[in-house]
Amino acid sequence: MSTYLEAPVETERRPLSIAITVARLALIGVALVVVAGAFAYLGGWLSPNNLTPARFTDAFERVDGVHAGFRRNHAKGVGVSGVFESNGNGARFSKAAVFHPGRVPVVGRFSLSGGQPDVADGADAVRGLGLQFNLPDGEVWRTAMINLPVFPFRTPEAFYQRLVASKPDPNTGKPDPAAVQAFLDRHPEIVQAMNVIKGQPLASGFDNSTFHGLNAFRLVNSTGSSVPVRWVLTPMQPFEAASTASSVQDKNYLFDALIAQIHRQPLRWQLILVIGQPGDPTHDATVAWPAGRERVDVGTLTLDRVDAEDTSAATDINFDPLVLPAGIAPSDDPLLSARSAVYSQSFTRREGEAKQPSPITPADVHRGD
Amino acid sequence: MPAQPRFPAVSRLLHWTMAVMVLIMLCIGVAMVVSLGDYHALVSIHRPLGIAILILVVVRFVNRLINPPPPLPATMSRAERLAATASELAMYGLMLVLPLVGWGMLSAARYPIVLHGSVHLPFILPHNAVLYAVLRKAHTILAYLFFLTFMAHVGAILFHTLIVRDGMLRRMAP
Repeated sequence: MSTYLEAPVETERRPLSIAITVARLALIGVALVVVAGAFAYLGGWLSPNNLTPARFTDAFERVDGVHAGFRRNHAKGVGVSGVFESNGNGARFSKAAVFHPGRVPVVGRFSLSGGQPDVADGADAVRGLGLQFNLPDGEVWRTAMINLPVFPFRTPEAFYQRLVASKPDPNTGKPDPAAVQAFLDRHPEIVQAMNVIKGQPLASGFDNSTFHGLNAFRLVNSTGSSVPVRWVLTPMQPFEAASTASSVQDKNYLFDALIAQIHRQPLRWQLILVIGQPGDPTHDATVAWPAGRERVDVGTLTLDRVDAEDTSAATDINFDPLVLPAGIAPSDDPLLSARSAVYSQSFTRREGEAKQPSPITPADVHRGD
Repeated sequence: MPAQPRFPAVSRLLHWTMAVMVLIMLCIGVAMVVSLGDYHALVSIHRPLGIAILILVVVRFVNRLINPPPPLPATMSRAERLAATASELAMYGLMLVLPLVGWGMLSAARYPIVLHGSVHLPFILPHNAVLYAVLRKAHTILAYLFFLTFMAHVGAILFHTLIVRDGMLRRMAP
């Protein structure tokens, strides 16, 4: 190489023949095309059928329509805020400051599943609670929980296929039962999970619902040792079963009840860490861990304020389940990264849209203040 | 014609280190936005790597003042010199602006900007949906612009090395 570098300039600068010039230009072209091709491959342009965050979010939009400014799933909701008071019991498992004894402010959002912000409240809809714990040193912990004891889908692909199969047929107004059945036949784990879900009595409202984090995580303590964990919020409001009567309820009956309850007195939940044992599945949210796992009560969540989406601090928060403080880490559950990716896509779309007024208005929320 | 003067060793080290970092960064960026399963792992690299590039481009700018680059080869026309200077300026600018836009957009969305463990950056912009949306779009557009500039840079160097044969690559060769 060095002899080449020091070769006399005259020999190096001998004019190239036309053939060699063309060949060299072609070489440059090929090199650039290869680089551009690799970039296009990584960017997914060469695999238009891969499931991406954008295509996942498109599926929500196809099923429920585009409602500018609203979340693509769990679109209907109200903001809440309050405080989490840690009793220090969690510090044994995790070094996260949220588990030190003391209080941290919390912003949250109650919601119903589906992409329609003005859907009528119903017992069938999944109830959600997104929370953001603001830790003292500027760290943040976000979690998005629902009132199901297990999640029906093991993988993002299964969730996506169910979403596609649930799109109402334009002729009947209902999902195609054959498509749904064919889908369930391919996914026995969903049928099993649905049986677990149906076996749990449904609570009458948001206030007495148990909320599950569903996905497994890992807690890391100050000595660096880690345990698998799932978390649950158990209500301190007494359980009351949802009415089975088929009487027509008010369109916002679940949210109206929640608003009235918070105005009456703060609502409280205990945060329970369920500590997994070696061998407990951490990659499969459709399966509950065996009974008898250690359950540690780590503190009390108190929600004492409710706000409409138009004014709530929760509206512009993406309750990404992988926004975690040091001391809480993701597990190998494939849903976690996918949730993070799709939530981010939904967030980016809605933040770029002109916000529409929330169907649950500030006047609804502050009635009786 | 005398042998081409070379860039000082520090400048060459910075150039090749950052070249690798920027290329990895562009690849991660374009891959993570279409990924479900690897999204989190890629984002977790993308953020601290972007901040590392931001720090290094400042170091590189200071180094450029201390160690000025050698003059361009005499084979280059006025127009070529202009194009070279413009593309160099564009790359310096993008290496500075892209991480800042990324930091700014995460700030406006109130996404914590975690570097490692509990180490995180402060927010540099207020919590604002429109600001986030605009910066998020700008981040993508500027990144594609960077990729095009990178391609032009590589194409020009290959052209000079294989066709003009003025030893341009030797100025920066490791």
